[in-house]
Amino acid sequence: MNRLLLNKVILVLSTLSAIIGIVFLFWILATLTIKGLSSMHFGIFVHDLVNGGIRNLLVGQFTMALIATAIGVPLGMMAGIWLREYSNQSRLASVIRNLSDVMMSAPSIVIGVFVYALLVSPVNHYSGWAGSVALAIMMIPIIISTTDNMLSLVPKELREAGIALGGSKHKIILQIVVKAAKVGITTGILLAFARIIGETAPLLFTSANNAYMTMNLNDQFPSLTVSIYNLANYPDAESRDLAWAASFILTMIVLFINLMGRFLTRDKG
Amino acid sequence: MAKQIIMDIKDFSFRYAGAPKPSLKSINLPVYHNKITAMIGPSGCGKSTLLRALNRIHDLYPGNEYKGEINLLDLQNDTYFNILKLKKENELIRLRQRVGMIFQKPTPFPMSIFDNVAYGLRLAGVKDKTVLEEKVTTALKGSAIWNEVKDRLNDSAMGLSGGQQQRLCIARAVALRPEILLLDEPTSALDPISTGAIEELVSELKKELSIVIVTHNMQQASRLSDYTAFMYLGELIEYNKTDKIFLNPKEKLTEDYVTGRFG
Repeated sequence: MNRLLLNKVILVLSTLSAIIGIVFLFWILATLTIKGLSSMHFGIFVHDLVNGGIRNLLVGQFTMALIATAIGVPLGMMAGIWLREYSNQSRLASVIRNLSDVMMSAPSIVIGVFVYALLVSPVNHYSGWAGSVALAIMMIPIIISTTDNMLSLVPKELREAGIALGGSKHKIILQIVVKAAKVGITTGILLAFARIIGETAPLLFTSANNAYMTMNLNDQFPSLTVSIYNLANYPDAESRDLAWAASFILTMIVLFINLMGRFLTRDKG
Repeated sequence: MAKQIIMDIKDFSFRYAGAPKPSLKSINLPVYHNKITAMIGPSGCGKSTLLRALNRIHDLYPGNEYKGEINLLDLQNDTYFNILKLKKENELIRLRQRVGMIFQKPTPFPMSIFDNVAYGLRLAGVKDKTVLEEKVTTALKGSAIWNEVKDRLNDSAMGLSGGQQQRLCIARAVALRPEILLLDEPTSALDPISTGAIEELVSELKKELSIVIVTHNMQQASRLSDYTAFMYLGELIEYNKTDKIFLNPKEKLTEDYVTGRFG
């Protein structure tokens, strides 16, 4: 009798917790959707921030995220390949692996401050490059860890079979092992991209923001997330509406990229 | 064929990196040309370790220690050279092209059936498309899998059954026309029908090359091989013609093992 009662209590408690969690999630999504959709109009996609639109912000955010990906993916993948394939699990490798894991949970504002000291403060102005570098630093540990983990799932027999056929180690790694882990690594890259596209803190004082359309990465660079942060603090309703619309669009973008990642793994995994 | 022994293992010892004791102690074993040599023995006796020394695949992991000689016959000038002396990556690659290897689990690469077989050839520098096609076709036919795959050469090799994948791996190794083929329990992950197909293929292949096979299955050793080596705790206990080992072994230990009293 006691056991049955306990069972019911636990069941009710865990169901309640789940419901509370999900309620908040849907509350956020619902508010975002209602406020976002009601503030959205075609104009915001064709005007820049200076004219009450977010065109330049979307372009700027994606540009910085793409540059960050171009920097972060090769570096992260090479580091991951070294960790898994070349380090022979030495002590140095385990130190680097741990450091990389610590980096992954480093507060993003700290990364922003670091890049500020490195690239903004010495030249005395914000720049798109600084923003991209900050995002790349956010991305690298995620890519390292995904590459490392995905390569560890490739059976060692596959490497041995390649070597036994007369392949050199680097060819087997690049042509067979990485290829065998391709789906997992691609998913990791997508998720890392989804992670950095929504980041604000690393951009706040690296790229800062720009109300005008620009492709000059040496200048202050338009950022969607920083704009949301700024707009939400403005007193006028128009700015806050724009912030809601921008938040909604950002959420949709992140959601879409995440779903794409899920879809990739489900398809081939 | 002037000499019959294609590979001669002399006083060979092997110690894994970090291991206190050697896993193989003073092994002496000849591998005869165009014959099948089987290595049997209980788990952990060192038969796979020995097999993996014959193409130096151990070198993939650093710190292992070889002692003694493994002499491979150089067919061009009829002399032997010690493969343990090879140091450069190029020399090891050349060795592995001459001594192919098949693993316990089939290891198809994540690419098409055609590309799987062509992969080793491309590594060896074959670029001409017609030559590649011809060699791939010959290898697939010679590995008794051509009829099953000829209509889907561009499909992924991952879609084949386990037995087909294993025959594809044999085709991939045979395409390089190696002199010796090493098989490490090639059928232990396969069903009886696929096993039969592989065994038939292996007996067929010995017309063209020499085969060393590690097996847990004593029936397989007695069915297939011409010579059998029985190993125990890192030592070669007995080596002889297969019928002698199974019908009239000299050592008590061998007799106990082949009659199933231990192992």
